[in-house]
Amino acid sequence: MPKQKLLLIGNGMAGIRAIEEVLKLKPNQFEITVFGSEPYPNYNRIQLSKVLQGDTDVSDITLNEWQWYEDNNIRLYPGETVINIDKTKQVVSTDKGREEPYDKLIIATGSNAFILPLPGADKEGVTGFRDIKDCEKMIDYSKKHKKAAVIGAGLLGLEAARGLLNLGMEVDVIHINDYLMDRQLDEPAGRLLQKELEEQGMNFLLNKQTAEITGEEKVSGLRFNDGEEIDADLIVMAVGIKPNVALAMENGIKVNRGIIVNDYMETETPNIFAVGECVEHQEMVYGLVAPLYEQGQALAKQLCGVPCDGYKGTVVSTQLKVSGVDVFSTGKIDEDKNTKSIKVFDEWNGTYKKLIVEDGKLAGAVLFGDTKDGTRLLSLIKKAADVEEYLNANESEQSGASLVAEMPYDELICGCNGVSKGTIVDAINSKGLKSLEEVKGCTNASRSCGTCKSLVSDLLEYTLGDDYNENQKVSVCGCTTLSRDEVIEEIKEKGLTHTREVMNVLGWSNEEGCSKCKPALNYYLGMLNPTDYEDEKESRYVNERLHANIQKDGTFSVIPRMYGGVTNAVDLRKIADAADKYDVGMIKLTGGQRINLLGVKKQDLPDMWADLGMKSGHAYQKGLRTVKTCVGSEFCRFGTQDSTGMGIKLEKKFEGISGPHKLKMAVSACPRNCAEGGIKDVGIVGLDGVWELHVGGNGGTELRQGDLLCKVKTEDEVMEWVGAYLQYYRETGNYLERTSSWVDRLGIDHVKEILAVKETRDELNERMDIALSAIQEPWSEVINNEETLRELYEKVNVTSTSK
Amino acid sequence: MEKTQRRIFVGNYSELPKKLGKTVIIGDQEVAVFKLASGDIRAIENRCPHKGGVLAEGMVSGDHVFCPMHDWKISMVDGKAQAPDEGCVQTYTTEVTEDQVYVLMEK
Repeated sequence: MPKQKLLLIGNGMAGIRAIEEVLKLKPNQFEITVFGSEPYPNYNRIQLSKVLQGDTDVSDITLNEWQWYEDNNIRLYPGETVINIDKTKQVVSTDKGREEPYDKLIIATGSNAFILPLPGADKEGVTGFRDIKDCEKMIDYSKKHKKAAVIGAGLLGLEAARGLLNLGMEVDVIHINDYLMDRQLDEPAGRLLQKELEEQGMNFLLNKQTAEITGEEKVSGLRFNDGEEIDADLIVMAVGIKPNVALAMENGIKVNRGIIVNDYMETETPNIFAVGECVEHQEMVYGLVAPLYEQGQALAKQLCGVPCDGYKGTVVSTQLKVSGVDVFSTGKIDEDKNTKSIKVFDEWNGTYKKLIVEDGKLAGAVLFGDTKDGTRLLSLIKKAADVEEYLNANESEQSGASLVAEMPYDELICGCNGVSKGTIVDAINSKGLKSLEEVKGCTNASRSCGTCKSLVSDLLEYTLGDDYNENQKVSVCGCTTLSRDEVIEEIKEKGLTHTREVMNVLGWSNEEGCSKCKPALNYYLGMLNPTDYEDEKESRYVNERLHANIQKDGTFSVIPRMYGGVTNAVDLRKIADAADKYDVGMIKLTGGQRINLLGVKKQDLPDMWADLGMKSGHAYQKGLRTVKTCVGSEFCRFGTQDSTGMGIKLEKKFEGISGPHKLKMAVSACPRNCAEGGIKDVGIVGLDGVWELHVGGNGGTELRQGDLLCKVKTEDEVMEWVGAYLQYYRETGNYLERTSSWVDRLGIDHVKEILAVKETRDELNERMDIALSAIQEPWSEVINNEETLRELYEKVNVTSTSK
Repeated sequence: MEKTQRRIFVGNYSELPKKLGKTVIIGDQEVAVFKLASGDIRAIENRCPHKGGVLAEGMVSGDHVFCPMHDWKISMVDGKAQAPDEGCVQTYTTEVTEDQVYVLMEK
């Protein structure tokens, strides 16, 4: 039987999601063709705000690369728009004159930014915020102009405004109502949000209705109904979206606000289906991602002839993707005479929670500041649970297992990668998975942002029942069942000296290990035996092997050592000369107060180091990176101690020391803490006559404020405590465990107790000194070693004509 | 179908680093050449199917290499990315004669 022709109009999230579901169910049933107006492969539109905010590249939000289409034998026509559908002949035609027959047709044309029909809306400098083109336009404008106005303080408007702030523009946000995100939040939450965003630098004009966009050809500003005016070079309209139904309408497919579909995503025209933001289902039009997944599933089942109940609508939830602000809302927001609500408003901590209860059932929730409960509430609201269920669970801190037990099989657990409960449970059962790591590896769930980790653990607990061990031993990696402590014990006991030997003797399932255990074992062996262990280049991550940081395009960056962040004119000249000579792509100051030379070719690294004649900043290292300092008593009018000198001393002493993970230090000379020691692995604050040592701070993915370890009087004591502390971490930390997690795991009181004993500190420092004595400066080592130069830094260039 | 192949000399066997990759530029293509722990030589396209990561800098385990960018595991035998990732890179046949290493490429 010849394959049926399945044709998709719209290469966006919804349509492709449906195709993915079809491929899962019946990989060989259809010959698939996709038309997309945008010249990109399928990308994650929800993450566009991150692109604008500068956290992410367009390539990072691509969901399906070109290769995916090829691998699945899908014909893709990007940058080509379907302009006509012949319903009787079942043929579509495009703006490039192509004609393509279909057996089944999916319309997934999405939606467009809604542009208010204001006078002047056609002037240059007005944009929506909907696709990559809009994003690029805004970025472009920010390079030449200063002032932006965003119309609409909903989700999209605020995310656009945050992005424009990041791009260095001044931003006015205009909103027609009197508080922000009024469709998702109630007034108290809206006010809290406003306060937070004002602190971030946004300016709000509330209760304002725009009357006109002013300017000649280009926009110059806005005039409001009340006669007031503001200046603006760029106007972003973020007042909503409207389903893109033009194609359907012109071709006689029934449309109301969106293309009308039934529970099986069928339009009223035979063999034509529609999915995503362009559809209207039971009088609802959605502009969020969760419904797309559910609709895609229903459609795929219908197309493949798999019986299903169809799509029943979605309880939607909203989360704002602006850094530093946690907002979540779902279900019913506003109170009325049939509802009761539970409200907790903590003005001091800036958190707010409101639950709407209707007939004793949870019907909606608004969370501000603390959104941990979001997923759980969403799930309870979906099944219209009794409010008691939520409250009781909160009281008894009942495990999440009962919650996931009641989730339907096809409910999404991982929103980033579209992994459902069913996929995870099936994988656990059929592949005998026991840990979060294994689930991650098998299903991709929680491999991106990680917010669904706790749900995945709950699913493991629920699926495995008694077999699940919550405090399960964490093995070094998938190649062994042994934990880090067990491996270290065995190494000591059996006197093992090479990674291969460890893997062999301890029965690694993977003869040569993997990218997790190789560097870990290499570290443990070196830590246990610093003077005799021969470091294995091949077990090092590329940054440490080559002593430079690899960048996304395969070039490297070089950060010359600059003790305590202090430099001089001679070094600066050398750096500038090297930057010219090796055609450096960008010179950037790092967060640790050092100069970063980016875009250096691998083969140029050794020569560049030789020219610089400065040590490496070890910016690549799992070990001491930099010691950040404030100006201190030498120049600062508030400085009580010589923080710069202290920082230099620390950096010189501990440079090159390896650790389970990277280590950052900072020294400040007054409580203003300009060097930001509160979020460093070791943060030292000099006060009048006293040094405070804070440890376990982290400014990275999981923000953690350091704990006070001790207060000491002299610089020598600082050195002694820092040395002992670092060595204790080196000896007891899991590879790739930052001090922040390590302090959490051991408890600060335990660390204090251990280090309080003077003899222990001395012993630790002795072992630290042995480790320090074995360190060799890597750059000069490379420059003087022909073999290393050839093996690691040379690229072989073969002319294409050679035989 | 008969294909003509070019034998391209890429270096001396004894000089290739063990358990590490080497970047070889052939015309406009980049090939990653590896000397495995077993002593075998493998050659693959120097581009991870994920985001084009330079595989020559990856960590090697047996017949596999881990992309240094996002840790995808790629087989050097058939070029396939290991589950849950999907994708494939081009692999090349290699030959060692005396101390000389050759990569075979289609004309």
